[in-house]
Amino acid sequence: MTDLPARPDLAARLRQLTPARVALGRVGVGLPTRPMLDFELAHARARDAVHAELGDGAFGATMAGLPVIAVQSQAPDRATYLRRPDLGRRLDPASAERLSPAGADLAIVIADGLSAAAVLAHGAAIVAAILARMSDWSVSPIVVAHQARVAIGDEIGAALGARLAIVLIGERPGLSAADSVGAYLTWGPRPGRRDSERNCVSNIRPGGLAIDRAAALIAAIAEGARDLGETGVRLKIAEPSLALGQDGIELIRSS
Amino acid sequence: MPTYHSDCGGTRYRFDDLARLLAAATPLRSGDMLAGLAAASEAERVAARWALADLPLAVFLDDLVIPYEADEISRLIVDRHDRAAFAPVAHLTVGGLRDWLLAEEDGARIAALAAGLTPEMVAAVSKLMRNQDLVTVARKIRVVSAFRTTIGLPQRLSVRLQPNHPADDPTGVAAAVLDGLLMGAGDAVIGINPAGDDIGTVATLLAMLDEIRQGLGIPTQSCVLTHITNTIELVRRGAPVDLCFQSIAGTEGANRGFGIDLALLREGADATLALDRGTVGGDVMYFETGQGSCLSAEAHHGVDQQTLECRAYAVARQFRPLLVNSVVGFIGPEYLYDGKQILRAALEDHCCGKLLGLPMGLDICYTNHAEADQDDMDTILTMVGVAGVNFIMGVPGADDIMLGYQSTSFHDALYIREALGLRPAPEFEAWLGRTGLLDARGRPTDRPILPGPAVGVLAPFHD
Repeated sequence: MTDLPARPDLAARLRQLTPARVALGRVGVGLPTRPMLDFELAHARARDAVHAELGDGAFGATMAGLPVIAVQSQAPDRATYLRRPDLGRRLDPASAERLSPAGADLAIVIADGLSAAAVLAHGAAIVAAILARMSDWSVSPIVVAHQARVAIGDEIGAALGARLAIVLIGERPGLSAADSVGAYLTWGPRPGRRDSERNCVSNIRPGGLAIDRAAALIAAIAEGARDLGETGVRLKIAEPSLALGQDGIELIRSS
Repeated sequence: MPTYHSDCGGTRYRFDDLARLLAAATPLRSGDMLAGLAAASEAERVAARWALADLPLAVFLDDLVIPYEADEISRLIVDRHDRAAFAPVAHLTVGGLRDWLLAEEDGARIAALAAGLTPEMVAAVSKLMRNQDLVTVARKIRVVSAFRTTIGLPQRLSVRLQPNHPADDPTGVAAAVLDGLLMGAGDAVIGINPAGDDIGTVATLLAMLDEIRQGLGIPTQSCVLTHITNTIELVRRGAPVDLCFQSIAGTEGANRGFGIDLALLREGADATLALDRGTVGGDVMYFETGQGSCLSAEAHHGVDQQTLECRAYAVARQFRPLLVNSVVGFIGPEYLYDGKQILRAALEDHCCGKLLGLPMGLDICYTNHAEADQDDMDTILTMVGVAGVNFIMGVPGADDIMLGYQSTSFHDALYIREALGLRPAPEFEAWLGRTGLLDARGRPTDRPILPGPAVGVLAPFHD
């Protein structure tokens, strides 16, 4: 076997090519002081982000020309929300009364999830990018859900009478990013839907899956769901997200 | 259905059924509280343990926590129970089994029980064990599996190299793979969690890992952790699939939530086995589990999360896995609230998995909404290292930038290997020696040479 020399600046090269914590160096087998403290600072910031709240009226009265309706889950506060995901999946009764059939195919829900900061930063931009690519869909008012989990979109989508619900939700913060948004698509939203009946596009943020590429993928999944009449594990996108931006995303169905 | 009771300190405690008794006896954790199954008081918890201690093991063969008719995993447990293997302990109570396990010095005799133990028996005895008991019993049992490396041998500890990237960028993944190899990680598997689960992405990443593995001549296996239906499709297309991955749980309903059942697992296993790509062994399945998944899927049947976790192991053991990984702190604080609960669950999962005959590894981890930090991971790593865990995760800097949680790092793996005198899997260790990446003490040499000829995806790292 012929070994090749590595670049003299291999450590720098590794760091350049991934945001992961590579080439940290060693002291004995341990972590040097600086990368150890870097990690601790990032963890402290993530902990702070988890406990941040989505304020009232965070997105204003309209978004992309659509009215905005604010709703609340049955979790009254952050502390309860973290321990009781079941409450975060259900609509508070007073909120439920604010929703009625909208005569539209698509419902879009913006939910705080585990990072209000994420949807505050990118929620409106993702909605705009999705709507631009889904111009042939009729759209309900945008629903902003506080102390919410993914499945709250089932109840919201059903109340709005939508065929497809897209929930944009703050993902739990990692150390390098506290602003990732996940998009969950559920065809025929109604309480009791299973996770295997959804499709997910995750890690939407600058530096992760770029908003425009995410919107293309979401639109492709929505299109496929409309053809197949369902979302979930049977709906597969054949073209890699790596190649997004090319025209035409093929959808295949596995039996 | 029988009821159970115990009299403790002048108070009679009643438990409506076996599931309630098991739940009440379980060390406190947030997931059982969320499910409304936890003991109402500390005293009731201990009373339940007294009742459990006196319960004959044979009861578990008749009184099922989830009915035979209602759940295919209950049927699997009953239909595959091996009475001959059970015979050495068939006369014992749960408390008697604890004593037997602690006293027995021949690990092979403990291991030989596996097919005779049901997951509920194993869960029950673990509830009577202190943390040190879970270590003592587990370290006596070796479960060895093999594909291109042999994993789980005495005084060995393997590492899954986990090079995830938030956009599935192949060069970014390759950078993390290289970083891990230079630190001696990757002998359990080089395994990527893809950010997108579309087949094209998975195929691209699989081809890239295969190119690195073959280019550098690394004796290890690779995996992209995607849904089993994707893997079956990729096998059909001729992609370089080494292992078949799937998350599994302990009830039929929770598995349906994952989009699987036993028949689909069998189909994936058969398809992957037929490729015959292993060199030193033919174990091709890679399962991940974790306490709380059934409750999360609202398919828990009123059974506590640790017992259900053991039922997932009953699924896993039907398929002779290479790797079973309890991703112990990933699910979040609503199931395991803090470092103490995650530690307990890690020790339980490892010991119970080994008792049921599985090659157990652990993703020692936590999320940013749990009350835990890297100090907790150090404690857990040290204890499961002493307990003889088969493998752990190696994530660059312990920070998974795609999944958004913290696990163990390449440095952590070096720490535990050095602290306990553990070495990599023999085939991988020989490669590390040949290439000069690790010295005789098992420390990285920081040698400015990449082993092997030019590999396309590694071009950016060469001169």
